[in-house]
Amino acid sequence: MKTNDVILQTTTKVVFFIIFLFSIHIFFAGHYTPGGGFVGGLLTTGAIVLLLLAFDLKTIQQILPFNFTIVTGIGLLLALGTAAGSIFFNVPFFTHAFDDFTLPLFGETSLHTAMLFDSGVYLVVVGSAITIIQSIGGDD
Amino acid sequence: MEFVLLIFLPFVFAILVPFAYKYIKGIHTGWFVLLVPLVLFGYYLSFIPLTMDGGHAISEIKWIPTLGIAFTSYIDGLSLLFTLLITGIGSLVVLYSIFYMDKKKENLGSFYVYLLLFMTAMLGVVQSDNTMTLYLFWELTSISSFLLIGYWYTRDKSRFGALKSMMITVFGGLMMLGGFILLSIMGETFSIRELIAQAPDLVSHPYFTSALILILLGAFTKSAQFPFYIWLPDAMEAPTPVSAYLHSATMVKAGIYLVARFTPIFGTSSTWIWLVTGIGLLTLFWGSFFAVKQTDLKAILAFSTVSQLGLIMSLLGAGAISYHTTEAMFAFATYAAIFHLINHATFKGGLFMIAGIIDHETGTRDIRKLGGLMSIMPLSFTVALIGSLSMAGLPPFNGFLSKEMFLESMVALRHFELFQFDTWGILFPIVAWVASVFTFTYSLYFVLKTFLGQGKVDQLPKRPHEAPIGMLVAPMILASLVIIIFFIPNVLGKWVIKPAVMAVQPTLYGSPADIDIHVLAWHGFGSVGLWLTVAIVIVGSLLYLTIPKWQPLYKLQPAKLSLNEGYDALMRGSEKGMNRLSRAYMTGLIRTYLLYMFAFLSVTVIAVLFIKDAFVVDMNSFAAITLYGALNAVILLLSIGFVVFAKSRLAAIIALGGVGYSVALFFVIFKAPDLALTQLVIETVSVALFLLAFKHLPALNEHGETKKTKVVNLIISLSVGVMVTLVALSSHSQKLIPSISQYYKDTVATEAGGGNIVNVILVDYRGFDTLFEIAVLAIAGIAVLGMIRLRVSRKETTDENK
Repeated sequence: MKTNDVILQTTTKVVFFIIFLFSIHIFFAGHYTPGGGFVGGLLTTGAIVLLLLAFDLKTIQQILPFNFTIVTGIGLLLALGTAAGSIFFNVPFFTHAFDDFTLPLFGETSLHTAMLFDSGVYLVVVGSAITIIQSIGGDD
Repeated sequence: MEFVLLIFLPFVFAILVPFAYKYIKGIHTGWFVLLVPLVLFGYYLSFIPLTMDGGHAISEIKWIPTLGIAFTSYIDGLSLLFTLLITGIGSLVVLYSIFYMDKKKENLGSFYVYLLLFMTAMLGVVQSDNTMTLYLFWELTSISSFLLIGYWYTRDKSRFGALKSMMITVFGGLMMLGGFILLSIMGETFSIRELIAQAPDLVSHPYFTSALILILLGAFTKSAQFPFYIWLPDAMEAPTPVSAYLHSATMVKAGIYLVARFTPIFGTSSTWIWLVTGIGLLTLFWGSFFAVKQTDLKAILAFSTVSQLGLIMSLLGAGAISYHTTEAMFAFATYAAIFHLINHATFKGGLFMIAGIIDHETGTRDIRKLGGLMSIMPLSFTVALIGSLSMAGLPPFNGFLSKEMFLESMVALRHFELFQFDTWGILFPIVAWVASVFTFTYSLYFVLKTFLGQGKVDQLPKRPHEAPIGMLVAPMILASLVIIIFFIPNVLGKWVIKPAVMAVQPTLYGSPADIDIHVLAWHGFGSVGLWLTVAIVIVGSLLYLTIPKWQPLYKLQPAKLSLNEGYDALMRGSEKGMNRLSRAYMTGLIRTYLLYMFAFLSVTVIAVLFIKDAFVVDMNSFAAITLYGALNAVILLLSIGFVVFAKSRLAAIIALGGVGYSVALFFVIFKAPDLALTQLVIETVSVALFLLAFKHLPALNEHGETKKTKVVNLIISLSVGVMVTLVALSSHSQKLIPSISQYYKDTVATEAGGGNIVNVILVDYRGFDTLFEIAVLAIAGIAVLGMIRLRVSRKETTDENK
């Protein structure tokens, strides 16, 4: 059955980017204000789910041509790698480091290794959730 | 150099073997593998001068220092002797296997990987001073033996034999682990050396006898003692080099090693002496008696190995008596045990290789089909004859010397006056003598039936001819050792045996040179051993000549009453019982499992709550009821009611979303923005997911539920609700320990450099939780993918025999 979703599809094209950008913002802001990798990842997933509802699975796979299981794997490696990285600096496993840097454009910025770990969380959440949704939704 | 690392040399080599096998096709992989035991043998020889003076060498790498577990290589006379056996016989077996295993037909890569794995495991067993790593290597020998027995995995019998050996030896290994743990509780150390030093204190400990029996169970299962020997004949399905190596020369001697190693701790106990000597003698008799029943060449050798292991075991038991008496005879017994152990490795290794050659060249191992091979295979015949006569205990072969020492030790047992040996002791020499007669008989049976007599050469599956010379080199080396040792027993004694004896009985001697034993082939006409041997030869020959008359007597034993049948019944019974037990409660439906879990959880938690009197409600600590809160609660309750009573699934899903959103609103009201945000997004995504999966779900009310199950479900869901409410109320109302939140507030900026405590907890304070959670999440995602995408379309019948 072909349904006519012009309104939904047109709104989605705009709303998707709003949600997505908001999720990125929430992800980066996490260390100081509400947010973080987990919520950020879920919000991104929500944005993609909206796309899925408005369009169909095949279209989404063309728009986002990632293999989401690999995204999960990269995320897990990133998280584990960050945690294990501390061993090479002769501090216990999972010790984070942070410092303030002056960067071009951003000015005075505080950088954390926790951020790297959190991006691993973000990727795993997005990867697994989309994998599950794609598998269940694509099953006939 | 830390020579403990050398234990792992074969293991490291095992990693390279598959590449050698894959990329170097022209050369038999065995030639590369041969380097490992040869190099190790050469290296370990250099320890002989050290141990000859009664010294020892230690090398250690820490593994889990907090638990006191380390890889410790402790080389004294005993472990050096076993190390030399493992590497020496190992070299010969690898050499033999190069000609035995066809490089075109067999999967050599995995064969040599398993063999090298075994070598590491076995070196670890005999060199480890730490009981925990000893156990680790011990089980590794069981596993590599399992893999090697099942090497021709397409045969039913191979798989059966592999499983049987694994079941029995791993059972013993676990018992032994229990013994080790008891020992470590008693002595507060895992180190065998330190335990030996405390030996006099350990004897009076209440755990002493339990530890003794548990460790003996480990030794008896591994060394195929009665009644656990039944795995060894079935293990003969392994390729012959494996039988020669694992199942006669090395692995089955691990139990002997264990008994010898722990003699300084347990040797003073009468239980130890009775069990080790008694079971050893029983096994000796049983094995030799049933060896004549067998018709398969390798089965005869298997039973003979069982019986010879029993012989060595009983000698070790008798040797432990020397803790109680100064009579020189019993020190003699330990010496004889070690001596016979070496001799057995030489003659039995050679015999196994000959059995393999016969199998290889004629295509059968059935002794009823064989005969008259002497003229066709003269070299094999010579080697077999030397090995058999040595096994029978005839001069001029090394078996004669150790067999005579064995008989004299057993005769001496009669005079020992402790532990009721003066009444029952007379049984020992009699059983030993009868068993020796049967040993003589089966030795003749093995060699003469195969090589002499009327040849039915035409009826053999293959046309026999002498084996290639490469295959004969290893057995010939062993056979020449059999003769050489007969002429120079005391040189061997000085270099290897005396240091080993000293390691078994460290308190009795100051140095190996103090052991005043000189092995003689001729003791004069007055010697008891001589006349016993003469009698054995006469009676044994008579028995051999009359075999056709009395062999049918074995058929009198009903098959139902054999130990093998007992093992099979046990396996069948436990399989069936477990199957029935599992099927009784595993319905395959997730909702049943959820019921079990929820019922158990709610009952235990509520019970604990009231038994411990932990239920407290402090009304004052509750927040004031606001209008928003009350309204939200009403919406929440309405949504829940809607979920429960909805007529269609779609409505239930939407109502469930409503529940989630109103919970999120509560988070907002109580100022938990992080939780509210997460809850909102989760609800959105999960409702979308539900809608996606909607078409796959069955319609509501189609579970085939009865009224009874509905009532049970209601009770369980109510009790879960009650549990959560009670726990939430009481955990809010009382604090057993001060809250950690102040610590978080104090350190979040300084230690973690963050501002949002919730997220800092996630990524830093409790990062481990998050790490494992995302791992679980990833696994769940991949599992769903696997379940749905890679769904097995149809169950295909796979035949393992193909």
